[in-house]
Amino acid sequence: MAETLAPSSAPELGQTQGGGDHGPDQGTKRDFLKLVAGSFAAVGVGAIVWPFIHSMNPAKDVLALASTDVPLGHIAEGQAVTVMWRGKPVFVRHRTGAEITEAKAVPLGELRDPQPDSARVQREPWLVVLGVCTHLGCVPLGQKPTDARGDFGGWFCPCHGSHYDTSGRIRRGPAPANLTVPEYNFTSDTQIRIG
Amino acid sequence: MASGLHESSFTNPVVRWIDQRMPVFTMMQKEYGTFPTPRNFNYFWNFGALAMINLMIMIATGIFLAMNYTAHTSLAFDSVERIMRDVNYGWLIRYVHMNGASMFFIVVLIHVWRGMYYGSYKKPRELLWILGVVIFLLMMATAFMGYVLPWGQMSFWGATVITNLFSAIPLVGNSIVTLLWGGFSVDNPTLNRFFSLHYLLPFVITGVVFLHVAALHITGSNNPLGIEPKGPQDTLPFHPYYTIKDSVGIVVYLIVFAFLVFFTPNYLGHPDNYIPANPLSTPAHIVPEWYFLPFYAILRAVPNKLGGVLMMFGAIAVLFVLPWLDRSPVRSMRFRPIAKWLFLLWTVNFFVLMWAGGKPAEGLYVVISRLSTAYYFAYFLVILPLLGKIERPLPLPESISRAVLRGGGPLPGGAAAKPMEKA
Repeated sequence: MAETLAPSSAPELGQTQGGGDHGPDQGTKRDFLKLVAGSFAAVGVGAIVWPFIHSMNPAKDVLALASTDVPLGHIAEGQAVTVMWRGKPVFVRHRTGAEITEAKAVPLGELRDPQPDSARVQREPWLVVLGVCTHLGCVPLGQKPTDARGDFGGWFCPCHGSHYDTSGRIRRGPAPANLTVPEYNFTSDTQIRIG
Repeated sequence: MASGLHESSFTNPVVRWIDQRMPVFTMMQKEYGTFPTPRNFNYFWNFGALAMINLMIMIATGIFLAMNYTAHTSLAFDSVERIMRDVNYGWLIRYVHMNGASMFFIVVLIHVWRGMYYGSYKKPRELLWILGVVIFLLMMATAFMGYVLPWGQMSFWGATVITNLFSAIPLVGNSIVTLLWGGFSVDNPTLNRFFSLHYLLPFVITGVVFLHVAALHITGSNNPLGIEPKGPQDTLPFHPYYTIKDSVGIVVYLIVFAFLVFFTPNYLGHPDNYIPANPLSTPAHIVPEWYFLPFYAILRAVPNKLGGVLMMFGAIAVLFVLPWLDRSPVRSMRFRPIAKWLFLLWTVNFFVLMWAGGKPAEGLYVVISRLSTAYYFAYFLVILPLLGKIERPLPLPESISRAVLRGGGPLPGGAAAKPMEKA
């Protein structure tokens, strides 16, 4: 009835399968219904699956612990402390003048992951890096005065023998990248906030 | 075709390759595609599929809850609150799991009721029915232990009361209770084992559901007329006819489910379970979850500890022998003029027990509980065996198709000459 009144309007909705007189580009009412039903089903499945997936992401209490304050006042020159941040160790080293000079003197061409020392520190005496080897996630040695610090005076990873320099850059061994510098800022001259 | 390969009728090369070696596609096609199903199902036949869906929802939400739950007396309550407040969508997953338990019992109780009204437990479906009762028992055990996990007041005191039921057993009762507790009261060892078993049992249920469905696919489904299909004119392929009919039921089911979860998530629970467990103070009125109330009423109706416990377990145990208590060869209550009304009375009586179970055990409530308990058992042990002898059933239709098509359907060959199963 509607077709006779408005023959030009939406023929694909007025004809059933096997109408025979429409081309392959027109589609049938059944195609349309399948497409609509399928789309709604996909949206529904997505809406159900997402809460489950998202429940595995960090919860609010985990995110609330995502920053750590570190007082620097008690760390003497040449000393280093390790703090926990997001369940991982962060190395905070109060570098000596010699170590800073050494870090700045290295030509970038010698580095596997070229980064000048200035790009890795906010204030020269303070080097803050994640204590996680970029090879396979072990904690490198070098925080204690008695630790082996590797051939470049920074850190040495005992798992697979990666050597890091006094700027936390990879110098030798299997690790592909420098120790990560976390996001942090100086809240005062004697305190930093990591994260 | 190489020898040893299954002869597959699938044409898609990948499907065919798998099907020849492991004919799962052929099996699915046979059991859920072309499976001949009585053409006269009403919506009561949705509830098996709904129970299956519900089980999957419970397992999915449960697995994700377990990722954030801590089974320790000093941490359990807080870990559940953390799920509610801190875990992304934790409130949703927990409310779905919590109300899913209630939905599961609603669905399964209707499913069982359907079986009782239409005589689905009768020969040749006795084992199918028994497996169903096993699933029901496992569900009750799982639900009970799940309710203990949040370690609120109702969790603790529910666990104490239910485990103490076993102390009614003569001689070894107290030793059994100590064994269940892993100590001298409901405490951390109890919570740990309940969590372990609460995670295990749903998979046991899944296994028994598989057997339940396997048995169903041997005997085929019962139907509202309670007469066997006599040929292809009485059946329809499961797909698309009943996949679609089940889908309609699933939509309605999900609407009810979503209403509970989003608008009244705690309506079916007890507020006292949001108070951390305290072994030094019992709440004034302790009541189990609503789905245990009828059985709780039976427990309290008997003025004897062991007697009450036996009657309560007997209320489920009697279902195992129902196929042999009901002596009538007519399945569907539609054709049983007396049993129909006495069964509907039994149904009302079940709700009376449920109501009485939620009331304090004193005065008139006890009297009502006792009368209701008496009728609950009398229906199985006296009425059904007697009715098999004295009731005169209505004439059964000649075939499903004749009844469905109001007498206009084709008569199956020779069916007219054959006497009906029991008229």
